[in-house]
Amino acid sequence: MKLEGKRLIWKDYQKEIPDDKYFYVRSCIRQNFFPASEHHFLKIMREDLGKDVYETEHHTTCGGIGYHCDVIQLETIMSIVARQFALMTEAGYKNYAVSCITSFGLYTEIIHTWQTFPEILEKTRRQLKEATGREFEIPEHVAHASDIIFKLRHEIAAKAKYKLINQKTGKPLKVVEHIGCHYAKMFPHKGVGGAEYPYVLAGMVEAWGGEVVDYPERRHCCGFGFRQYFVKSNRGYSLSNTHKKFESMEPFKPDMIITNCPGCPYFLDRWQYVIAESEGKTYGENGHGIPVFTYEEVAGLVMGYDPWDLGLQVHQIAVEPLLDKMGIPYDPEAKYKGLEGKDLGKPELPQNICCC
Amino acid sequence: MKDFGFGIKKSGVIDLDKADMSLMREIAAEEPSFLHCFYCGTCTATCSAGKYTGFNLRRLQLLIKRGQLDEVSERISECMLCGKCQWVCPKGVNTRHVVMLVNKKLHARKIR
Repeated sequence: MKLEGKRLIWKDYQKEIPDDKYFYVRSCIRQNFFPASEHHFLKIMREDLGKDVYETEHHTTCGGIGYHCDVIQLETIMSIVARQFALMTEAGYKNYAVSCITSFGLYTEIIHTWQTFPEILEKTRRQLKEATGREFEIPEHVAHASDIIFKLRHEIAAKAKYKLINQKTGKPLKVVEHIGCHYAKMFPHKGVGGAEYPYVLAGMVEAWGGEVVDYPERRHCCGFGFRQYFVKSNRGYSLSNTHKKFESMEPFKPDMIITNCPGCPYFLDRWQYVIAESEGKTYGENGHGIPVFTYEEVAGLVMGYDPWDLGLQVHQIAVEPLLDKMGIPYDPEAKYKGLEGKDLGKPELPQNICCC
Repeated sequence: MKDFGFGIKKSGVIDLDKADMSLMREIAAEEPSFLHCFYCGTCTATCSAGKYTGFNLRRLQLLIKRGQLDEVSERISECMLCGKCQWVCPKGVNTRHVVMLVNKKLHARKIR
């Protein structure tokens, strides 16, 4: 192997990620699926690491779901995106942090379009001015929030209370990392490590003590695929994609899955329930599933946040087996308690998959 | 088991370790030229039956070698056994004999 050549190729897939002063935009669906992830991203950034991250209640959807479902035109999306950038410009920021992978892909695509076709940029500027009176600058850096956590992974590791290590055996936990398709499959040079060897989550896993599982369908889509899921008659394709991934990772006996996309953790989590209830098959130990986490949840666990404050009780697949392995204490009685001890009610238990 | 109104779809992946290769082996044993085919499609281009039906000898040879026998059984009877494919085959495959063997073997399986 010629190492010089390898370094030369790898150089194209490095990314400049500022470590401070970000304008943050949330995802439409993550706050419902994994309600504490974005909150804990901001908490870790601001309170634990002392970074300047600004967000405003005036930002809206990027329109990505409508775009990928073919119900909103790209020109309309460009005006929506231009308005988001105008909010960033008005707040005095130049670095744009994105919570959602699809938004990140969309921002990357639109900026690339504007750079390639300046006349489209001028048209968008004109349309935004006419519609809202706003003006905008293109961000100097667009980073996915997982890029930022990747950049700060060693700072998090230095403050870690728990490691991705099995406390009983002393061995690293086997972690499947799943990267959202829109992170780097469309624009490989915009992601850490490109499309084929993205390192953004693998870097976190290694820094926090875990061991990454390399399995045949590692780069396969989670199955969300927008139209595959949103149209009920296509939903079997979504499920089949996820099933293919789980069949492929099963022989490696992973302890957990870490993801950086809104859809991926949701489908890798919920489809395990559907596979168990419709086929009778489970992929974890002792009739459990394989717990699925967002990278913010994993960072929160490593930093010692309470699992229930991280919202892990809304996962379909029980997280307790993983908490036991990591040696993280938790109160089973507090699992379904909300703020100020309010009873959230207990969900109905499935028949074929153990949920503790 | 619950019915969600959708389910896991059968994979299109062909696993040659699990495929039924018995028909391929039986035909190759009696007509070794069957294994010489390199799927150029000359047989299909000249096929009289293929002009009026869905018969495609190139495709059928491929299906037999992948163990996908359902479509073979459905299509094989459309051949008129004219033998033009045999004249034009650049690899000298005795295609007419192959078709007759496939018919015979599949028929025998049905009787069994």
